[in-house]
Amino acid sequence: MVSTTPGPVPVSQPPAGATSGAPAELPPASGAGKGMFGVQGTGDTSGFGGLVRRETEVASSTRPYGGWFDDVYDSLQEAFPALDDAIEHVVVDRDELTLHIVPEKILDVCRVMRDDEALRFELCSSVSAVDYLGTDPRRLHVAYHLTSMTYRRRVRLEVAVTAEEPYVPSVTSVYPTADWQERETYDMFGVVFTGHPNLTRILMPDDWEGYPQRKDYPLGGVPVEYKGAEIPPPDRRRSYQ
Amino acid sequence: MTYATARETSEGKVFTVTGGDWDTVVGGTDPLHDERIVVNMGPQHPSTHGVLRLILELEGETVTECRLVVGYLHTGIEKNLEYRTWIQGSTFVTRMDYLAPIFNETAYSLAVEKLLGITDDITPRTTTIRVLMMELNRIASHLVWLGTTGLELGAISMMLYGFREREYILEIFEMITGLRMNMGYVRPGGVAQDVPPEAIRKIREFLAMLPRKLKEYEDLLSGQPIWIQRTQGVALLDVTGCLALGVTGPVLRSAGLPWDLRKTQPYCGYETYEFDVPSATTGDVWARYEVRVAEMRESLKIIEQCLDRLKPGPVMVADKKIAWPAQLALGVDGLGNSLEHVAKIMGQSMEALIHHFKLVTEGFRVPAGQVYQAIEGPRGELGAHVVSDGGTRPYRVHFREPSFINLQAIPAMAEGGLIADVIAGGASLDPVMGGCDR
Repeated sequence: MVSTTPGPVPVSQPPAGATSGAPAELPPASGAGKGMFGVQGTGDTSGFGGLVRRETEVASSTRPYGGWFDDVYDSLQEAFPALDDAIEHVVVDRDELTLHIVPEKILDVCRVMRDDEALRFELCSSVSAVDYLGTDPRRLHVAYHLTSMTYRRRVRLEVAVTAEEPYVPSVTSVYPTADWQERETYDMFGVVFTGHPNLTRILMPDDWEGYPQRKDYPLGGVPVEYKGAEIPPPDRRRSYQ
Repeated sequence: MTYATARETSEGKVFTVTGGDWDTVVGGTDPLHDERIVVNMGPQHPSTHGVLRLILELEGETVTECRLVVGYLHTGIEKNLEYRTWIQGSTFVTRMDYLAPIFNETAYSLAVEKLLGITDDITPRTTTIRVLMMELNRIASHLVWLGTTGLELGAISMMLYGFREREYILEIFEMITGLRMNMGYVRPGGVAQDVPPEAIRKIREFLAMLPRKLKEYEDLLSGQPIWIQRTQGVALLDVTGCLALGVTGPVLRSAGLPWDLRKTQPYCGYETYEFDVPSATTGDVWARYEVRVAEMRESLKIIEQCLDRLKPGPVMVADKKIAWPAQLALGVDGLGNSLEHVAKIMGQSMEALIHHFKLVTEGFRVPAGQVYQAIEGPRGELGAHVVSDGGTRPYRVHFREPSFINLQAIPAMAEGGLIADVIAGGASLDPVMGGCDR
């Protein structure tokens, strides 16, 4: 289960650049229109006011989820009786349904999602990942966006693994289109998709070290001279939160 | 030294021939396998639409195996986005698929607006301009496809014509946005600049001109024996193959499934426009050619409806905490701050200056969460997976680039065919490597 308290950061201390994009404080609970500038505490906007990454947590939604979300969940439960063991959270947010799946079960769930007549998610639109460094002990979240052409629905499946044991079963046997997308996710995040026919780097050179899209991987860059002044690379510039 | 052992039998003396090079002796007489070679096509091959490397194993002229190598144009746009404000994101995503910049910007902007919860606040004029620009961009992209594919299959004049008419669209873009490509025009909350009246006139001229030109292209190509032979029955991919490999867009529609997100999962009010989704059934290069030409005609229909709907109004959301504060104006060197606005904030209103400064340097905050927004790009489903942690910068942006996904289909289309058809098949997918590698 996703912990609500931040676990120990499983890597060496992130370089300075990696955290510069983080907001300084928790934003106000209100929505747009109020407190968008997030001025709290001293209101210091110098960019040196102590950068802290905010904690987030996955909050489950409660039934009814609304619209066809309930239909999808019920159909999945019917076609996949062991669903309660395979599902961690159900999140409905911004009219999108996200099912947080136990990593070991993702292949089985995908097969049911594709084959069951009431689900029919024929197309795997996208496979990618997000690195929740510092907010979730299982920091690497792989997101699968499935599309049902029959019912014109979209669903997001999400699995979370740690950086130490980043193993997720490959879904290429169900969705061959996931081949390159899993390779890209491996390339960028270091998620190892077990059972993938050819899990090699795809965008970065074969001998590249590190996983560039991880949050503890610095952006890099060189200082640029502009009109006599030296401008540091983007991740080292003074930043306003 | 003995070459073979001998033993006596009732038939006479029998030699048993063994040795390491026996296979090569036998293989030497095989005319087919003798020609098995591995060819590196690209990465700088003119027909690879950028830098795509194909490793082909050939037997004679038949491709037995095809492997693709991509990544030569990887520029880390998704990583860079995490270090810029939400508004600055537009200038990055526009550079991914450089033939469809408006689509990248729109997908990104729609996703950010969904995260902000301001989808319903987008003004009608903004949405109409977005649709107008997208459809112009779709035609421009298809014209480049037609031109380059013509070039690759031997119709060099088609390349000249295609780029000539595309230039017309780029001039329209320049009139509206100040830039021909990579405009950063569609932004979260609206568009950067209103459409000037002279651009409307130019679009009307274009609407009158293009149908005639499309007819010319068809006169040039459709009856051409070489064009027919090089496209019909070539690089087949049926609906099953398309879905398994995730191929969407004109390629999927050419196989017989009229799946177009503008119709099936409408966005930007596409459900209120009247247009058809062209499809074909043969699933070959020829069908993709027909579908794309027909799509250009449908786009013209949509543009015409856009012009009729273009009523005066704001092109940015009313919320001043999100709307870009600068009033932009076209100068001689492109789009920039209007001097009037600068004079006002510098000379008259301290609050406006502070507001301007905060919004430009810090940017606005986007409530935490994640969304996936898909639109129908010229090459298929263009999806933006945008994650916010509540800050002023994107936490993660991933683009589902149709070029990247569709390229996986090249081995399925090329293996077992002739090497010349690899070019036709690859071109028919219309891959743009800037989008593929991001």
